[in-house]
Amino acid sequence: MTSSEAAPVAGQRARGLAPFLRSQMRNIAPFLTLIFLSGFFAFASPSFATLDNLGNILTQVSVTGIIAVGLTFVILCAEIDLSVAGIANVTGIAVAYFTLQDSYVNIANIPLPGAVAIILSILLCALLGLVNALGLTVIGIPSFIMTLAMMQIAAGISALLVRGQIAYKVPSLITTLGSGSIGGIPWIVIVAALMLLGGHLVLTYTRFGRYVYMVGGNREAAEYSGLNVKLILGAVMVISAVCSGIGGMLGVAHFGSAQQNEFDTYLLDSIAAVVVGGTSLFGGRGGIGNTIVGLFVLGVLNNGLDHVNIDSFLKILIRGLILLAALVINVYAQRLREKAAE
Amino acid sequence: MPEVRSPILELQGITKSFGGVEALRGVDFALLPGEIHGLVGENGAGKSTLMKIIAGVHTEFSGRFLINGAETHFRSARDAHSAGIAMVHQELSVAPDLTVAENVFLGNQPTNRLGLVQWRRMAREAGEQLARFGIDVDPMSRLGDLPIGLQQLIEIARVLFSGARIVILDEPTSALSPPEVERLFTTLRRLREQGTAIVFISHFIEDILRVSDTVTVFRNGRKVAETASAATSKGALIEAMIGRGGEALEHSYTDDLMLPQPSGSSVILKVDQLSLARSLQDVSFEARAGEVLGIYGFMGCGQQELSRILFGKLKPDSGTLAVDGKPKTFASTAAARRAGVALVPESRRDMLFHQEPVYKNISISILDRISALLLKPAQERDIAQRQVKQLQIRPPVVGLDLGMLSGGNQQKVALAKWLTYPPKLLVLCEPTRGMDVGAKNDVINIVRDLRTKGLAIIVLSTEPETVLSLADRILVLKRGAVVREFRNEPVSKDRLLEAA
Repeated sequence: MTSSEAAPVAGQRARGLAPFLRSQMRNIAPFLTLIFLSGFFAFASPSFATLDNLGNILTQVSVTGIIAVGLTFVILCAEIDLSVAGIANVTGIAVAYFTLQDSYVNIANIPLPGAVAIILSILLCALLGLVNALGLTVIGIPSFIMTLAMMQIAAGISALLVRGQIAYKVPSLITTLGSGSIGGIPWIVIVAALMLLGGHLVLTYTRFGRYVYMVGGNREAAEYSGLNVKLILGAVMVISAVCSGIGGMLGVAHFGSAQQNEFDTYLLDSIAAVVVGGTSLFGGRGGIGNTIVGLFVLGVLNNGLDHVNIDSFLKILIRGLILLAALVINVYAQRLREKAAE
Repeated sequence: MPEVRSPILELQGITKSFGGVEALRGVDFALLPGEIHGLVGENGAGKSTLMKIIAGVHTEFSGRFLINGAETHFRSARDAHSAGIAMVHQELSVAPDLTVAENVFLGNQPTNRLGLVQWRRMAREAGEQLARFGIDVDPMSRLGDLPIGLQQLIEIARVLFSGARIVILDEPTSALSPPEVERLFTTLRRLREQGTAIVFISHFIEDILRVSDTVTVFRNGRKVAETASAATSKGALIEAMIGRGGEALEHSYTDDLMLPQPSGSSVILKVDQLSLARSLQDVSFEARAGEVLGIYGFMGCGQQELSRILFGKLKPDSGTLAVDGKPKTFASTAAARRAGVALVPESRRDMLFHQEPVYKNISISILDRISALLLKPAQERDIAQRQVKQLQIRPPVVGLDLGMLSGGNQQKVALAKWLTYPPKLLVLCEPTRGMDVGAKNDVINIVRDLRTKGLAIIVLSTEPETVLSLADRILVLKRGAVVREFRNEPVSKDRLLEAA
């Protein structure tokens, strides 16, 4: 019995480098994409591979990066959050709504001290995340549908708050973090880096992080192991909403205004960053490291296309094709992995 | 008057290796038309590999493959299918949300000239086909609403009537009740008369001996015996399978076994009047410390639901649970775990993380005991290493992905995850299903050892042998109700079957 059971395993280990690389395809492919894109743009445009431009890219992906931290948790659990951009928008608007605006801004807002405005805004996004969480876990609405509704709800609240107007002022802390810089490094880049680092530490070194991976890897097994799966799913939805809210507040300061539909493109960008980076849409595989690579792929792509002489309408199509390629790799990598595990 | 028939399928010198390890070594195998050919062997002996070659799942192998004397090479399962080879896998592959008729005709529904499905014709023909099988169901009812055993029969019926000339059945009887097995055998015999060749793989050697004409035994990738069923015995087959004295391991449980005097130890679990729509009716019992309570019944008797209720995965419609005298209503499996209840479900897929290493699988249920916020991987590995050693999990490498372990070893991991901090009550569903003799004995010894440590253990199984080999006291569950309790009295397989 012993020999017959040990044998296939010895076989697995003896298979060498190629299968190992295949099982790591989820991590390798995005990285190669990044190197390829960087090399291509560096070759195609002299203004691309400069330190200044690296700073540009970092700044450009910061808001997406902050939102993508929370989204990584959600996707690792094999759920989705379509309300990230909506929640970012409403939180950004809320923090402006609670700040004294200049007299020409025609919004019937409620000016409060900066700290209070920030706390209320964070509570707002946490509350919206909690609604997502309850809908998903208690009522049992699939996250795809639940957060689709939340996207609309967040847009609705945003609309009611600004009523088609534009607000400009946000608390000074937010202004600093969103548009200031220290020692030449924009604060928003530092915040994004710290949040990505924090997310990575939580996912890798905490019990909660392990639970996120296990719930994503096999939800049924997590439940049969006596984990409180609903609590974990609820928590990731709230984390996602709070990250989105922070991204929204800093984004408003970064753009210099708070208005309806300001963050619309960030839904696709943040999901793309997570998935392009190689985090499995089926849950349980990937992480913040992947998200960072994904952010750079998107950042380099968006930025690089501006440096080369290319029809600006074609850029949209190219972005779509790159995303499609990443999805193909994502699904393919999952299949290879499952095959290896058989 | 034995006529000489030429084989419909002939394999010569088949060798198949996975990554340098030979799963099959020079196997010859021939299948005659109108023959039921039994296949036995321990897990990993090579029977499934051979069948997957025949069914076109594995296409890379060396050796000759002849159908009706003509050399053939399948490039896919589709090729095998069009050559008239069909296989029923152990796991159900039906569409529970479709009707019975749609399942029977899956993939080739009768259509009219416009390509629209002819529902009435499909229902009528499905009903006729199933009736030939002795299955009397409304073809338009939803398949998922039927008992599992019946679903399995319908799946088998679908394949048997698909017109295939070679049919491979992998463990077809494990989910069937004795009358259902009888119906299956009757149909197989009828198909044999029509010239269909049938391969019958099973752990139930009695079933093989009853229905097959020929038996082939595999061990370690080799064919070690081929004999007429009439000329062999269970003992001889087991001996050939495991290659050592079979007598000791062959406990057929046909003779009476004396159950011990019930212990007076403390009641760990008290279940009172538990009911769940269509599954359980007023089930009441107690489980005591240091005692193994066996719950036996046919597939679909409510065992599965009962185990899920005990672990907080299902909520009963009525009735109460008490652990250590304290009434409990489990809001989640987490609550059940905290109350000291542990469950190992019948399906390892539901219990384990195949893409994660062994140590993470073992530590997942106790992480909150060893770490508050931060993980302690070194300690996790230590704990896992101890369990791996104690349960003799092979290979003893805690960093290996679980999916690379054999089924029996995976089952041990499923047990191991509960044993570092032993629960008060351990509920085991089908703890030895699909395992080879060696692994089975290991698991039985582990459970006996846990009993001496004072755990209350409940073993739920549809295999009488499993219950008989472990239980101190046995409840028989029938259509969701406890119909008989055996305690302090003689019990045998016959008596159990009779009660169920």
